[in-house]
Amino acid sequence: MNRVIKLRKGLDIRIQGVAEKNPVSAPPSETYALKPIDFHGLTPKLMVRPDDMVQAGSPLFFDKYRPDILFTSPVSGRVKAVLRGERRKILEVVVEVDGKQNFLEYRKGDPLQMKRAEIVETLLKSGVWPFIRQRPFDFVANPADTPKAVFISLFDTSPLAPDYSVILQGKEKTFQTGINVLKQLTDGKVHLGVHPEKSDRNFVNALINTEIHPFSGPHPAGNVGVHIHYIDPLNKGELVWVVNPQDVLIIGRLFEEGRFDARRVVVLAGSEVKKTGYFETMMGASVEPMVKDNVKEGALRYISGNVLTGKKMGPSGYIGFYDSLISVIPEGNYFELLGWALPGFDKFSFSRTFFSWLRPGKTYRLDTNLHGGHRPFVLTGEYEKVMPMDILVMQLFKAILTDDIDMMENLGLYEVVEEDIALCEFIDPSKTEMQRILRDGINTLVKELG
Amino acid sequence: MKALRKYVDKIKPHFEKGGKFEAFHSTFEAFETFLFVPDKVTTSGSHIRDPLDMKRTMIVVVVALVPAMLFGMWNIGYQHFLALGEQVSLGQAFWFGFLKMLPIIVVSYGVGLGLEFLFAQLRGHEVNEGFLVTGFLIPLIVPVDIPLWMLALAVAFAVIIGKEVFGGTGMNIFNPALTARAFLFFAYPAWMSGDQVWVAGLKHGLQAVDGFSGATPLAEAAAGKIDQLPSVWHMFLGTIPGSIGETSVLAILIGAFILIYTGIGSWKIMLSAFTGGLVMGLILNLFAANPYMEIPAWEQLFMGGFAFGMVFMATDPVTSSQTETGKWIYGFLVGIMAILIRVLNPAYPEGVMLAILLMNVFAPLIDHYVVEANIKRRLKRAKVSVQ
Repeated sequence: MNRVIKLRKGLDIRIQGVAEKNPVSAPPSETYALKPIDFHGLTPKLMVRPDDMVQAGSPLFFDKYRPDILFTSPVSGRVKAVLRGERRKILEVVVEVDGKQNFLEYRKGDPLQMKRAEIVETLLKSGVWPFIRQRPFDFVANPADTPKAVFISLFDTSPLAPDYSVILQGKEKTFQTGINVLKQLTDGKVHLGVHPEKSDRNFVNALINTEIHPFSGPHPAGNVGVHIHYIDPLNKGELVWVVNPQDVLIIGRLFEEGRFDARRVVVLAGSEVKKTGYFETMMGASVEPMVKDNVKEGALRYISGNVLTGKKMGPSGYIGFYDSLISVIPEGNYFELLGWALPGFDKFSFSRTFFSWLRPGKTYRLDTNLHGGHRPFVLTGEYEKVMPMDILVMQLFKAILTDDIDMMENLGLYEVVEEDIALCEFIDPSKTEMQRILRDGINTLVKELG
Repeated sequence: MKALRKYVDKIKPHFEKGGKFEAFHSTFEAFETFLFVPDKVTTSGSHIRDPLDMKRTMIVVVVALVPAMLFGMWNIGYQHFLALGEQVSLGQAFWFGFLKMLPIIVVSYGVGLGLEFLFAQLRGHEVNEGFLVTGFLIPLIVPVDIPLWMLALAVAFAVIIGKEVFGGTGMNIFNPALTARAFLFFAYPAWMSGDQVWVAGLKHGLQAVDGFSGATPLAEAAAGKIDQLPSVWHMFLGTIPGSIGETSVLAILIGAFILIYTGIGSWKIMLSAFTGGLVMGLILNLFAANPYMEIPAWEQLFMGGFAFGMVFMATDPVTSSQTETGKWIYGFLVGIMAILIRVLNPAYPEGVMLAILLMNVFAPLIDHYVVEANIKRRLKRAKVSVQ
């Protein structure tokens, strides 16, 4: 094991509703959905129509510009609906289960004995490929590329995050198979970011074909982007691929069983959930059975993912392609009389401008109120306090806002995606929409690169 | 609270587009958001947000300025009655100062906020909170007997030429409060310097008792009357003539503590600025060509507006360096320049104002080199990884 990299910059948001580490069961979902909006820069082309019958592994749509990349159904059943938004943009392709769960079969085998091309083909055909994403830019990886390394972060430091040492327990073998697959895809190493205490030592020590890197510190210490920055930083023209821990299991199962088995443990957490816990469910499942009669009164926000970067959805929304967490928090649509001037004993803040600093251990019921209006950049040096990478955040954003491509490249746009600057957005007193601006900048840069 | 909210909701439509008072939309919005933190929820990106907003940020700075202001009020009265040779109670002195100070604050906020509302309406955006601090700073850095029309003119100049022509709060190059002071200093020097302006009434023919000098320590020092300097203890407490809020180093230190503890003011700029001032003072001590240069370096830090400037003006996040490394360099140079100008240029007894304005100009240059260094580090890394 490598030396522990201790990060000091960052922030652990003390939000209420951390999930109890108990397995919970809910009635299985009747419908499952694949959401093209889960993938940046994807133009989906539909391959099914409503009422078509599909099997687990049947493609639902593909990437218009990279037709090899298929997005397949996690269950067998009937295509129930194709939900469209503005300008007929596809939002959800919903499949209703038939209760049989018939799988399409793929070639199984020991990935270490297989050729790279065979592995890539199986991953593509089964629809497992999109679980592999590239950095920079957080796109679905391009099968034509060979990355300089693969990164997996084995711990999540974001608010209410799942504890992977619990989820992965007993799944060493499948995880190892997944790593072996990824090992075959890169000329370099498979790097595994772990936490010196929170990660399961026995689990980690048993793994081979991977290099272990312990990281400690507040969020975003668990972000894979931070690990890349410290282990093998991205320069212009370089590529690494990243995979979430539970998706490594899906990849592993594909080669062990020859099936696209999208089972996943999803954590239900948040201050508004009555009974939190770890649900054995599946990617794309409806959250309805999990949250029905299990949330408190009031206007609520359901989020697939964590409260910093997740996607808003309804109480019958679907678990995102990459998400292992459903957060439910109160909406903040209320007026607060002189809220900015009150002492603020009950307001969680990164700054010490509220007297909540007198209560260091307290956790908070955080809501979605914006707490102020949008302003130009005024305070300086704030973002850097929560950014453990050597990146001048405000200068990078000014480059993006002024469409200065050279400066975007020079100041490190290749190294960050939304989750890496989410904390900056959280603490920003100017209420800048930083994740949106960052994505705009990435789109501009990608267009320019051609 | 509910009744107030109901009332606001009732009159709100009149200020919307097409309403009777559409021209006051920004003004209404400013007052509404002043009364109530809006019910807006997050729509993109992070679903939760820190409760710290621009209003809170600015109000913290105002709170940090309050000790200096309260002391300033008392000191106005104290100096005035000292000049008269009368003994008065703490309350009487404070009340006198309060009455003197109130019109200054009212004019500063009235003119400044009026212009801010106007510009916000013209530009169609929300009123920015920046002037909450500027409007509070200006009364603290002027002499007590400043004619109110001059003050109004200076505030208008600072808001329009110093800030709005650049695009408003966050875009300005010069610290607006110092722009106002510089305007007064160069347009009406008779009201901004000399022995008469610092104590209420002297300029208007008040006869001071024998032995009372209304001169500030800086003026005494510049005139070479080192022996007439008040004791360091008096300069620390602030019971000396000077601009209203600048005299008490103690009150300023309380403010500095609030700014640093809450994280709103940059401790890096404060520390490096005081270091810079000390270093320059020591260098001048080495040469010691005149009595002024012989003043112990650390005593210089207690004189004039140095402490006030370094804590409240040099740390303005918009006009100072915006990179963390840049802040060290910027602060250090402000400190150096302040003492250098003060001691070596007899035409400008108060070097702090000019030093900060000068370094405001150079802050973007400092940042430029810090940014370049960051870029070079990144490029160097790329070369290393290719090998």
